[in-house]
Amino acid sequence: MLAVLRCVMMRDLILAVRRLSDVLTTLFFFVIVVSLFPLGVGPEIEVLRMIAPGVVWVAAILASMLALGRLFENDYRDGTLEQLLLSPQPLSLLVLGKVMAHWAVTGVPLVLVAPLLGMQFGMSAQGIGVLLISLILGTPAISLIGAVGAALTLGVRGGGVLVSLLVLPLYIPVLIFGAGAVEASVSGLGAEAHLSLLGAILVLALCFAPWAAAAALRISLD
Amino acid sequence: MLEAINLAAVRGDRRLFAGVGFSLQGGDLLYVQGANGSGKTTLLRMLCGLVIPEEGKILWSQEDIRSEREAYLQSLVYLGHLCALKDDLTGLENLRITEALAGEEISEPRAMAALQGVGLNGYEDLPVRVLSQGQRRRVALARLALTQAPLWILDEPFTALDKASVGSLKTRLEDHLEDGGMVILTTHQEIEIKAAVIKQVALAEY
Repeated sequence: MLAVLRCVMMRDLILAVRRLSDVLTTLFFFVIVVSLFPLGVGPEIEVLRMIAPGVVWVAAILASMLALGRLFENDYRDGTLEQLLLSPQPLSLLVLGKVMAHWAVTGVPLVLVAPLLGMQFGMSAQGIGVLLISLILGTPAISLIGAVGAALTLGVRGGGVLVSLLVLPLYIPVLIFGAGAVEASVSGLGAEAHLSLLGAILVLALCFAPWAAAAALRISLD
Repeated sequence: MLEAINLAAVRGDRRLFAGVGFSLQGGDLLYVQGANGSGKTTLLRMLCGLVIPEEGKILWSQEDIRSEREAYLQSLVYLGHLCALKDDLTGLENLRITEALAGEEISEPRAMAALQGVGLNGYEDLPVRVLSQGQRRRVALARLALTQAPLWILDEPFTALDKASVGSLKTRLEDHLEDGGMVILTTHQEIEIKAAVIKQVALAEY
């Protein structure tokens, strides 16, 4: 069973490496959106420091939503998704493999450049540390929740808009606790509560999202 | 082994077909016939469990295919009208990954041999993107040389193939039928496949 999970992940990772431009698009979008804020808001360091966690988090959510369309769409078009549904393995496991690979190529790069962007906003080392942890916990949850939306809107005309309407409200808790963790830590309240809740959201998404996305895929391909 | 009872399909407001029924034993070949748009692909996808029948049911060894899903899928190969290949992967990778997901780990030499069996010597390590339509189809068909599954469901398998490939696919199907396998296929080409029992399902306009 784990062999299949690994097989799906490796497949999607190889495909991502062969199409590096897709991965870079997401990353550049993230960097550009975050970097535009200081230009728009002005260079007051206090203001920037205050808005930094929110800006990074909102940009991370938008960037991963940009990549969401690719999660199932390509496989749907070339017929490989149909073959995945015909695999004797549990579909939710295959979906989990795909989501993990998707996170590895869209979420992980965001996490890795986030400290750099934090420095650009003059965040403290402690703030950057918490931001990093919150992104590590939050971005997989975003990928998992997004997978359900992507599966539901598969093959629908204008699916890109629809998926944002469906999924953005579900991202709100992640955004609140993700950005909140950094603010709480900087203001001396401690980030444990926020991070615990973020972790809880991740665990919940891990349990239910693959299963829901699998059910949605079956409906979409009927 | 495979039994379809009184199947009906509805697409939107349109009734595609109704009252379709047949049963297949080992060694049987079933032709699904019908004009464009009569629901052949829908019927084949229904037989795979991808489309839920509006009415009727499909039994595999007397069990409903939806309750015995995993056992059924293990004994099934479906090749749709899309080749189900990833453009950026090589023929070899495509074949091995597809088979691994279907539950059969294939060693590289075996996959290589299967690709050579469909006449793709020298093309194994090229991304499928650069292959012609017929060559892509042959990569997809190479699965048939590797699989252990008794039931093959093929949607227009002869499309885009050259004469030699049509001949070898025909032989491959006949061998499979002789070994007690089952084949369900749609085709618009006049190709005579020898089988102990040949059945037909005609999907009329509704």
